[in-house]
Amino acid sequence: MAPVAPRSGDAIFASVEHVNAELFTLTYGAIVRQLLTDLEEVEEVNKQLDQMGYNIGVRLIDEFLAKSNVSRCVDFKETADVIAKVGFKMFLGVGASVTNWDADGTCCSIVLGDNPLVDFVELPDTCQGLYYCNILSGVVRGALEMVSMKTEVTWVRDMLRGDDAFELQVKLLKQVPEEYPYKDDE
Amino acid sequence: MQFFGGSDISPSPPAPTASGNNAHMMYVFNRNGVCFLYREWNRPLHTLNAQQDHKLMFGLLFSLKSLTAKMDPTSMDKGNLGVPQLPGQGCSFHSFRTNTYKLSFMETPSGIKIILITHPKTGDLRESLKYIYNLYVEYVVKNPIYTPGAPIRCELFNTSLDQYVRSIS
Repeated sequence: MAPVAPRSGDAIFASVEHVNAELFTLTYGAIVRQLLTDLEEVEEVNKQLDQMGYNIGVRLIDEFLAKSNVSRCVDFKETADVIAKVGFKMFLGVGASVTNWDADGTCCSIVLGDNPLVDFVELPDTCQGLYYCNILSGVVRGALEMVSMKTEVTWVRDMLRGDDAFELQVKLLKQVPEEYPYKDDE
Repeated sequence: MQFFGGSDISPSPPAPTASGNNAHMMYVFNRNGVCFLYREWNRPLHTLNAQQDHKLMFGLLFSLKSLTAKMDPTSMDKGNLGVPQLPGQGCSFHSFRTNTYKLSFMETPSGIKIILITHPKTGDLRESLKYIYNLYVEYVVKNPIYTPGAPIRCELFNTSLDQYVRSIS
Protein backbone atom coordinates (compact mmCIF):
# COMPACT_ATOMS: atom_id res chain seq x y z
CA MET A 1 0.00 0.00 0.00
CA ALA A 2 2.56 2.55 -1.11
CA PRO A 3 1.26 6.11 -0.96
CA VAL A 4 0.39 7.42 -4.39
CA ALA A 5 2.71 10.12 -5.65
CA PRO A 6 0.87 13.32 -6.48
CA ARG A 7 0.34 14.30 -10.10
CA SER A 8 0.83 17.98 -9.43
CA GLY A 9 2.13 20.12 -6.60
CA ASP A 10 -1.03 22.25 -6.34
CA ALA A 11 -2.32 20.72 -3.13
CA ILE A 12 1.07 20.93 -1.41
CA PHE A 13 1.62 24.47 -2.63
CA ALA A 14 -1.73 25.44 -1.15
CA SER A 15 -0.97 23.86 2.21
CA VAL A 16 2.39 25.47 2.98
CA GLU A 17 2.97 29.01 4.18
CA HIS A 18 3.78 31.52 1.47
CA VAL A 19 6.07 34.47 1.40
CA ASN A 20 5.07 37.60 -0.46
CA ALA A 21 6.05 37.16 -4.12
CA GLU A 22 7.42 40.68 -4.56
CA LEU A 23 9.52 40.41 -1.42
CA PHE A 24 10.90 37.14 -2.78
CA THR A 25 11.65 38.58 -6.22
CA LEU A 26 13.26 41.73 -4.86
CA THR A 27 15.33 39.82 -2.29
CA TYR A 28 16.70 37.58 -5.01
CA GLY A 29 17.39 40.63 -7.15
CA ALA A 30 19.27 42.24 -4.29
CA ILE A 31 21.40 39.11 -3.85
CA VAL A 32 22.35 39.02 -7.53
CA ARG A 33 23.07 42.75 -7.50
CA GLN A 34 25.33 42.37 -4.47
CA LEU A 35 27.16 39.43 -6.03
CA LEU A 36 27.80 41.50 -9.15
CA THR A 37 29.30 44.26 -7.00
CA ASP A 38 31.38 41.87 -4.91
CA LEU A 39 32.67 39.51 -7.55
CA GLU A 40 32.83 41.93 -10.51
CA GLU A 41 33.16 39.13 -13.09
CA VAL A 42 29.84 37.92 -14.56
CA GLU A 43 31.25 34.40 -14.94
CA GLU A 44 32.07 34.30 -11.22
CA VAL A 45 28.54 35.41 -10.37
CA ASN A 46 27.12 32.58 -12.49
CA LYS A 47 29.32 30.12 -10.63
CA GLN A 48 28.42 31.55 -7.24
CA LEU A 49 24.68 31.44 -7.97
CA ASP A 50 25.01 27.84 -9.07
CA GLN A 51 26.86 26.97 -5.87
CA MET A 52 24.24 28.71 -3.74
CA GLY A 53 21.52 26.79 -5.55
CA TYR A 54 23.38 23.53 -5.02
CA ASN A 55 23.58 24.17 -1.28
CA ILE A 56 19.85 24.87 -1.24
CA GLY A 57 19.10 21.79 -3.32
CA VAL A 58 20.85 19.30 -1.03
CA ARG A 59 18.57 20.44 1.81
CA LEU A 60 15.47 21.09 -0.24
CA ILE A 61 15.26 17.48 -1.37
CA ASP A 62 14.39 16.33 2.14
CA GLU A 63 11.61 18.86 2.48
CA PHE A 64 10.36 17.85 -0.93
CA LEU A 65 10.33 14.14 -0.06
CA ALA A 66 8.77 14.71 3.36
CA LYS A 67 5.91 16.83 2.06
CA SER A 68 5.21 15.33 -1.34
CA ASN A 69 4.92 11.64 -0.41
CA VAL A 70 7.01 10.70 -3.42
CA SER A 71 8.67 7.48 -2.37
CA ARG A 72 10.44 6.39 -5.50
CA CYS A 73 10.73 7.17 -9.18
CA VAL A 74 11.10 4.27 -11.55
CA ASP A 75 13.35 6.01 -14.03
CA PHE A 76 14.81 9.34 -15.03
CA LYS A 77 11.76 10.14 -17.16
CA GLU A 78 9.46 9.97 -14.18
CA THR A 79 11.96 11.91 -12.08
CA ALA A 80 12.00 14.77 -14.57
CA ASP A 81 8.22 14.77 -14.65
CA VAL A 82 7.98 14.95 -10.87
CA ILE A 83 10.50 17.81 -10.71
CA ALA A 84 8.60 19.81 -13.29
CA LYS A 85 5.03 19.14 -12.16
CA VAL A 86 5.42 18.77 -8.39
CA GLY A 87 8.77 20.31 -7.44
CA PHE A 88 8.54 23.62 -9.28
CA LYS A 89 4.90 24.02 -8.34
CA MET A 90 5.54 23.28 -4.70
CA PHE A 91 8.41 25.71 -4.16
CA LEU A 92 7.98 28.40 -6.81
CA GLY A 93 4.27 28.22 -7.44
CA VAL A 94 4.71 27.79 -11.18
CA GLY A 95 4.19 24.76 -13.36
CA ALA A 96 6.77 23.52 -15.82
CA SER A 97 6.73 21.02 -18.65
CA VAL A 98 9.20 18.42 -19.84
CA THR A 99 10.17 18.21 -23.51
CA ASN A 100 13.00 17.48 -25.92
CA TRP A 101 13.87 13.97 -24.76
CA ASP A 102 16.86 12.48 -26.48
CA ALA A 103 16.78 8.94 -27.85
CA ASP A 104 18.18 7.11 -24.81
CA GLY A 105 16.14 9.04 -22.25
CA THR A 106 19.04 10.62 -20.37
CA CYS A 107 18.65 14.22 -21.44
CA CYS A 108 15.60 16.45 -21.41
CA SER A 109 14.47 20.03 -21.11
CA ILE A 110 12.33 21.56 -18.40
CA VAL A 111 10.46 24.56 -19.77
CA LEU A 112 9.16 27.11 -17.30
CA GLY A 113 5.89 28.73 -18.25
CA ASP A 114 6.36 31.57 -15.84
CA ASN A 115 9.31 32.59 -13.70
CA PRO A 116 8.72 34.67 -10.59
CA LEU A 117 12.44 35.40 -10.20
CA VAL A 118 12.62 37.72 -13.20
CA ASP A 119 9.75 40.13 -12.61
CA PHE A 120 11.08 43.70 -12.87
CA VAL A 121 14.40 42.48 -14.32
CA GLU A 122 16.23 43.79 -17.38
CA LEU A 123 19.81 42.86 -18.08
CA PRO A 124 22.05 45.89 -18.73
CA ASP A 125 24.62 45.71 -21.56
CA THR A 126 27.43 45.00 -19.11
CA CYS A 127 25.77 41.82 -17.83
CA GLN A 128 24.87 40.07 -21.07
CA GLY A 129 26.73 36.92 -20.03
CA LEU A 130 24.80 36.62 -16.77
CA TYR A 131 22.52 33.65 -16.20
CA TYR A 132 20.24 35.51 -13.85
CA CYS A 133 18.35 32.39 -12.71
CA ASN A 134 21.42 30.19 -12.38
CA ILE A 135 20.40 29.45 -8.80
CA LEU A 136 17.60 27.23 -10.15
CA SER A 137 19.96 25.01 -12.11
CA GLY A 138 22.02 24.59 -8.94
CA VAL A 139 18.96 23.62 -6.93
CA VAL A 140 17.99 20.92 -9.42
CA ARG A 141 21.54 19.58 -9.59
CA GLY A 142 21.92 19.50 -5.79
CA ALA A 143 18.57 17.87 -5.16
CA LEU A 144 19.16 15.16 -7.77
CA GLU A 145 22.61 14.44 -6.42
CA MET A 146 21.07 13.58 -3.05
CA VAL A 147 18.96 10.89 -4.71
CA SER A 148 22.10 9.49 -6.35
CA MET A 149 21.70 11.04 -9.78
CA LYS A 150 24.69 12.95 -11.04
CA THR A 151 23.42 15.51 -13.52
CA GLU A 152 24.52 18.45 -15.55
CA VAL A 153 22.03 21.31 -15.65
CA THR A 154 22.38 24.19 -18.11
CA TRP A 155 20.22 27.01 -19.43
CA VAL A 156 19.27 26.65 -23.07
CA ARG A 157 16.79 29.48 -23.39
CA ASP A 158 16.50 32.55 -21.20
CA MET A 159 13.84 35.21 -21.66
CA LEU A 160 16.16 37.86 -20.27
CA ARG A 161 18.42 37.17 -23.25
CA GLY A 162 15.60 37.59 -25.72
CA ASP A 163 14.41 33.99 -26.01
CA ASP A 164 10.73 33.11 -25.80
CA ALA A 165 10.85 30.88 -22.69
CA PHE A 166 13.03 29.63 -19.88
CA GLU A 167 14.44 26.25 -20.77
CA LEU A 168 16.61 24.22 -18.45
CA GLN A 169 18.46 21.27 -19.91
CA VAL A 170 18.97 18.38 -17.50
CA LYS A 171 21.42 15.70 -18.53
CA LEU A 172 21.82 12.51 -16.50
CA LEU A 173 25.50 11.64 -16.24
CA LYS A 174 25.28 8.58 -14.03
CA GLN A 175 23.30 6.95 -11.27
CA VAL A 176 25.35 5.96 -8.26
CA PRO A 177 24.42 2.58 -6.74
CA GLU A 178 24.20 2.20 -3.00
CA GLU A 179 27.19 0.44 -1.50
CA TYR A 180 28.18 -0.72 1.92
CA PRO A 181 30.10 2.28 3.26
CA TYR A 182 32.46 0.55 5.70
CA LYS A 183 35.52 -1.48 4.90
CA ASP A 184 35.87 -4.89 6.52
CA ASP A 185 38.92 -4.12 8.62
CA GLU A 186 37.62 -0.86 10.11
CA MET B 1 7.68 28.80 1.90
CA GLN B 2 8.23 28.44 5.61
CA PHE B 3 10.56 29.95 8.11
CA PHE B 4 11.77 27.77 10.93
CA GLY B 5 10.32 28.18 14.39
CA GLY B 6 6.72 28.84 15.19
CA SER B 7 5.40 27.00 12.16
CA ASP B 8 3.20 23.98 12.49
CA ILE B 9 4.47 20.68 11.26
CA SER B 10 2.23 19.16 8.66
CA PRO B 11 0.75 16.64 8.57
CA SER B 12 -0.32 16.56 12.20
CA PRO B 13 0.95 13.54 14.12
CA PRO B 14 -1.11 10.35 13.99
CA ALA B 15 -3.19 10.08 17.11
CA PRO B 16 -1.79 7.77 19.76
CA THR B 17 -4.11 5.02 20.90
CA ALA B 18 -2.76 4.80 24.42
CA SER B 19 0.05 6.67 26.02
CA GLY B 20 3.04 5.06 27.62
CA ASN B 21 6.77 4.91 27.58
CA ASN B 22 7.27 2.39 24.81
CA ALA B 23 10.29 3.66 22.91
CA HIS B 24 13.74 2.31 23.71
CA MET B 25 16.00 4.16 21.33
CA MET B 26 16.28 5.76 17.93
CA TYR B 27 19.00 6.00 15.28
CA VAL B 28 19.24 8.24 12.22
CA PHE B 29 21.80 7.34 9.56
CA ASN B 30 22.68 8.92 6.26
CA ARG B 31 23.72 7.06 3.14
CA ASN B 32 27.37 6.98 4.15
CA GLY B 33 26.60 5.09 7.33
CA VAL B 34 27.19 8.10 9.55
CA CYS B 35 24.95 7.97 12.58
CA PHE B 36 24.08 11.60 13.09
CA LEU B 37 21.50 11.09 15.74
CA TYR B 38 21.23 8.58 18.51
CA ARG B 39 18.60 9.01 21.23
CA GLU B 40 18.09 6.67 24.09
CA TRP B 41 15.04 6.65 26.35
CA ASN B 42 15.00 3.28 27.96
CA ARG B 43 17.92 0.94 27.44
CA PRO B 44 18.93 -1.16 30.43
CA LEU B 45 21.77 -2.99 28.71
CA HIS B 46 24.80 -1.74 26.77
CA THR B 47 27.10 -4.42 25.42
CA LEU B 48 29.20 -2.47 22.90
CA ASN B 49 30.69 0.97 22.73
CA ALA B 50 28.60 3.54 20.88
CA GLN B 51 30.56 3.44 17.64
CA GLN B 52 30.47 -0.36 17.33
CA ASP B 53 26.81 -0.34 18.25
CA HIS B 54 25.97 2.09 15.43
CA LYS B 55 28.02 0.16 12.92
CA LEU B 56 26.36 -3.09 13.85
CA MET B 57 22.92 -1.55 13.50
CA PHE B 58 23.74 -0.11 10.10
CA GLY B 59 25.20 -3.42 8.95
CA LEU B 60 22.12 -5.30 10.13
CA LEU B 61 19.80 -3.02 8.16
CA PHE B 62 21.96 -3.06 5.06
CA SER B 63 22.19 -6.86 4.97
CA LEU B 64 18.56 -7.37 5.85
CA LYS B 65 17.53 -5.02 3.07
CA SER B 66 19.53 -6.85 0.43
CA LEU B 67 18.28 -10.21 1.75
CA THR B 68 14.64 -9.16 1.65
CA ALA B 69 15.11 -7.83 -1.88
CA LYS B 70 16.75 -11.07 -2.92
CA MET B 71 13.89 -13.16 -1.53
CA ASP B 72 11.20 -11.04 -3.21
CA PRO B 73 8.98 -13.49 -5.14
CA THR B 74 7.23 -10.79 -7.20
CA SER B 75 10.06 -8.89 -8.81
CA MET B 76 12.06 -10.11 -11.80
CA ASP B 77 15.01 -7.76 -11.92
CA LYS B 78 17.36 -8.52 -9.11
CA GLY B 79 21.06 -9.06 -9.14
CA ASN B 80 23.08 -11.42 -7.04
CA LEU B 81 23.07 -11.08 -3.30
CA GLY B 82 25.23 -8.18 -2.17
CA VAL B 83 25.33 -6.48 -5.56
CA PRO B 84 24.89 -2.72 -5.04
CA GLN B 85 21.40 -1.46 -5.74
CA LEU B 86 20.24 1.91 -6.95
CA PRO B 87 18.14 3.85 -4.45
CA GLY B 88 14.51 2.88 -4.82
CA GLN B 89 15.39 -0.41 -6.46
CA GLY B 90 14.14 -3.60 -4.90
CA CYS B 91 11.70 -3.96 -2.05
CA SER B 92 12.36 -2.95 1.51
CA PHE B 93 11.18 -4.14 4.90
CA HIS B 94 9.64 -1.69 7.33
CA SER B 95 9.75 -3.52 10.63
CA PHE B 96 10.65 -6.73 12.43
CA ARG B 97 9.69 -7.98 15.83
CA THR B 98 11.44 -10.21 18.32
CA ASN B 99 10.07 -11.40 21.64
CA THR B 100 11.78 -8.51 23.43
CA TYR B 101 11.67 -5.57 21.04
CA LYS B 102 10.34 -4.25 17.75
CA LEU B 103 12.45 -2.42 15.19
CA SER B 104 10.74 -0.03 12.77
CA PHE B 105 12.67 1.22 9.78
CA MET B 106 12.17 3.90 7.18
CA GLU B 107 14.47 4.91 4.37
CA THR B 108 13.98 7.98 2.19
CA PRO B 109 15.20 8.22 -1.41
CA SER B 110 17.75 10.77 -0.18
CA GLY B 111 19.35 8.00 1.89
CA ILE B 112 18.18 9.05 5.36
CA LYS B 113 17.45 5.98 7.47
CA ILE B 114 15.31 6.37 10.57
CA ILE B 115 15.23 3.47 13.01
CA LEU B 116 13.01 3.32 16.05
CA ILE B 117 13.22 0.52 18.59
CA THR B 118 10.17 0.03 20.75
CA HIS B 119 8.30 -2.39 22.94
CA PRO B 120 7.31 -5.54 20.94
CA LYS B 121 3.62 -4.80 21.39
CA THR B 122 3.67 -1.43 19.59
CA GLY B 123 1.59 -1.20 16.43
CA ASP B 124 2.44 -0.03 12.92
CA LEU B 125 4.82 2.91 13.24
CA ARG B 126 5.24 3.86 9.58
CA GLU B 127 3.19 7.02 9.97
CA SER B 128 5.11 7.90 13.12
CA LEU B 129 8.44 7.56 11.33
CA LYS B 130 7.13 9.79 8.57
CA TYR B 131 6.19 12.35 11.18
CA ILE B 132 9.67 12.14 12.69
CA TYR B 133 11.08 12.74 9.21
CA ASN B 134 8.93 15.87 9.03
CA LEU B 135 10.31 16.99 12.38
CA TYR B 136 13.81 16.41 11.04
CA VAL B 137 13.09 18.55 7.98
CA GLU B 138 11.55 21.33 10.01
CA TYR B 139 14.08 21.60 12.80
CA VAL B 140 17.29 20.19 11.38
CA VAL B 141 17.37 20.60 7.60
CA LYS B 142 15.93 24.11 7.77
CA ASN B 143 18.33 25.15 10.49
CA PRO B 144 20.87 27.38 8.73
CA ILE B 145 23.57 26.64 11.31
CA TYR B 146 23.31 22.91 10.76
CA THR B 147 25.81 21.43 8.30
CA PRO B 148 24.34 18.47 6.39
CA GLY B 149 25.94 15.22 7.55
CA ALA B 150 27.11 16.56 10.91
CA PRO B 151 25.80 15.19 14.22
CA ILE B 152 22.48 16.78 15.14
CA ARG B 153 22.66 19.13 18.10
CA CYS B 154 19.36 20.94 17.77
CA GLU B 155 17.69 21.44 21.12
CA LEU B 156 14.33 22.15 19.52
CA PHE B 157 14.44 18.94 17.52
CA ASN B 158 15.38 16.84 20.52
CA THR B 159 12.65 18.25 22.75
CA SER B 160 9.90 17.86 20.16
CA LEU B 161 11.17 14.36 19.38
CA ASP B 162 11.15 13.34 23.04
CA GLN B 163 7.70 14.77 23.44
CA TYR B 164 6.37 12.97 20.39
CA VAL B 165 8.02 9.64 21.16
CA ARG B 166 6.39 9.61 24.59
CA SER B 167 3.00 9.52 22.86
CA ILE B 168 3.83 6.46 20.73
CA SER B 169 1.93 3.39 21.71
